[in-house]
Amino acid sequence: MESRTGSGAPLRVSDLTIAYRDKPVLWEVDYTAPASGMIAVVGPNGAGKSTLIKACLGLVPAAAGSIEVFGQPARRQRRLIGYLPQRESVDWDFPASALDVVTMGLYGRIGWLRPVRRRHREEALTYLEKVNMADFADRQIGQLSGGQQQRVFLARALAQDARLYFMDEPFAGVDAATERAIVAVLEEMDAQGRTVICVHHDLDTVPKYFHHVLLLNNRVVAAGSVGEAFTRENLQKTYGGRLALLEQAGEALARSA
Amino acid sequence: MNTATSLATVSYDWPPLHEVLAVLTLNAGYNAASVVVGTMLLGIAAGMVGTFALLRKRALMSDALSHATLPGICMAFIVAAAIGTTGRSLPVLIAGAAVSGIVGVLFAQFIVANSRLRQDVAIGVVLSVFFGLGVVLLSYIQTMQTGSQGGLHHFILGQTAALKRSDALLMGGIALLALLATTALFKEFRLICFDEDFARVQDWPVSRIDLLMMTLVVVVTVVGLQAVGLLLIVAFVIIPPTAARFWTDRLGAMTLLAAAFGGLSGYLGSSASALFPDLPTGAVIVLVSGAIFVVSMFLAPGRGVVADVLRRVRMRTRMAQEHVLRSYFELFETGHYRDWRTSRVPREALLLYRDWHRRGLGLLLRLMALRGLLTLHGDEVALTDKGREEAFRITRTHRLWEQYLTTHADLAPAQVHGPAELVEHVLTPQMIADLEERLAVVGRRPRADAMPQSAHPLPDAGEGATP
Repeated sequence: MESRTGSGAPLRVSDLTIAYRDKPVLWEVDYTAPASGMIAVVGPNGAGKSTLIKACLGLVPAAAGSIEVFGQPARRQRRLIGYLPQRESVDWDFPASALDVVTMGLYGRIGWLRPVRRRHREEALTYLEKVNMADFADRQIGQLSGGQQQRVFLARALAQDARLYFMDEPFAGVDAATERAIVAVLEEMDAQGRTVICVHHDLDTVPKYFHHVLLLNNRVVAAGSVGEAFTRENLQKTYGGRLALLEQAGEALARSA
Repeated sequence: MNTATSLATVSYDWPPLHEVLAVLTLNAGYNAASVVVGTMLLGIAAGMVGTFALLRKRALMSDALSHATLPGICMAFIVAAAIGTTGRSLPVLIAGAAVSGIVGVLFAQFIVANSRLRQDVAIGVVLSVFFGLGVVLLSYIQTMQTGSQGGLHHFILGQTAALKRSDALLMGGIALLALLATTALFKEFRLICFDEDFARVQDWPVSRIDLLMMTLVVVVTVVGLQAVGLLLIVAFVIIPPTAARFWTDRLGAMTLLAAAFGGLSGYLGSSASALFPDLPTGAVIVLVSGAIFVVSMFLAPGRGVVADVLRRVRMRTRMAQEHVLRSYFELFETGHYRDWRTSRVPREALLLYRDWHRRGLGLLLRLMALRGLLTLHGDEVALTDKGREEAFRITRTHRLWEQYLTTHADLAPAQVHGPAELVEHVLTPQMIADLEERLAVVGRRPRADAMPQSAHPLPDAGEGATP
């Protein structure tokens, strides 16, 4: 696997600045993800957590800086990257069953113009089994509960068979059974040597589920192992009071553009 | 413009039956058959392409596209006439239509990207301005001395009867290609319609796939212009998939149904046009697909309006029945009736206990008797074994939910009855087991065979009716 993925950290972000409509939301982010262990991205609302992972996925353009995945520019390594979007971003009325959604995780490997075949659907079903959702394979996605929907999308991410995963709040608004199922899957992914980076809201469970943490508030406040970086002092720096000046500067830039 | 005159001179004489059959069975000559088959293929392609346009939320964009084709058609005609060729060459006009249609769409997208205007506003502007320009050009063309401008107005309302055989073959052939392309790109289209970001992450060239999809919409629109007309071709693209969506939750089935609905509309519309040569085909096609839409909207199982109303009525009836059962149980509990196994309860007691509509309660009781929940004895009611079991279950569920709200949601006992009235009907056995577990944690494990206390005092309405 080393030879295919190249050497280097799973993710290396250097001097990354990102602006929405010319208003910077992330300033000069420097971050290197460790080779193993689950990573939580933590910070208040509007801190740029989702923006950071969307930039790594190539969904949001960077104003400056570089993003490398396993030693190569991220945009050349997309086959190695998996994604679990935020639940709100999905059109739940779309005519698709749970199995259809999971099968979409395989499309990248199926390739141009080739139809989805039975063996693809059978493979997709094994991923649904991993999240205990095989019984709901034929259910239209809008008719699933919130937790079930989240598990279907996790199964789709599994189907991507990626080395580096970005997940946007996988635990948001899910029931206890789903939370357990997600944790089990994440632990398995970790054991297989895959890197998982989650935007995470619930500070209480950070030490329980994650090994590393990236504290973000429009800039990197602290990063490192949970033991070192997830401290009261760092949390206060992350959540206590927004940096008013940083925000004002951003707004001034937006106006001048 | 002489659309108005052509509408006024429609011949309404019903053709003889053998002629109708000949057209419908494609036996009315090679020419008529080519037109019918060509329009049907167009309908199939439009339904399939339209499915994705609809799911990509491009329905209005295709309306802007079709209206924006008119100036292109007119300019192509003027240019062709100026350089001396005959202006009524379909490929030339189609090329003009495609160019100005695309310019219109790009212009609308430019407005959205570079202003604060929303897409619907941008589309409204483009659609009307381009169409206005087209109408001005069209009236200019009417004054030209070429003599071949006669059929141009057919592009507005559509006229398959005016199609030459070569036109029909061209239309059918291109529609067939669009249909095959959509089939080949089914997986790619599904992906970008459902989750564009995910497609990007998988390294799909989303904007190129999008361009392919838009191209297919353009192709179907412009080749169908002469047959269906630019005013109504958007309906040909949008109505069949919208109708199809009512019948299924599967994209594959939806695409096939949309193709079938579009094909049927095209077939019937062009047949009608062959039988009544003055009838605008576009309008007939849209009426056929509109009829399919109305039937789908009301009668489709699952998503249809009738099915929805039935579902709600059934749910309400069930809730009302369960309220009768709980009232019955509580009348015994409050001590107005002694023997839960044998005593009968007068209707009047139920009426006093809860605010029923007298006649509604009568109907409800008869329905419950039919379902074997109770037996009617003149003015009195007795539960069957099955009814008693249900009454116990529903009352217990109601009470458990009340307890849960007081112990876990910090509601006062006076507040919990209303929510429990709604929730008691929808709790599954699994949820009830969960509920019992949670109550056990706070030291209030309910017994399976005993009724928990009500969280609030029960209404005392039974007095007057006590036997």
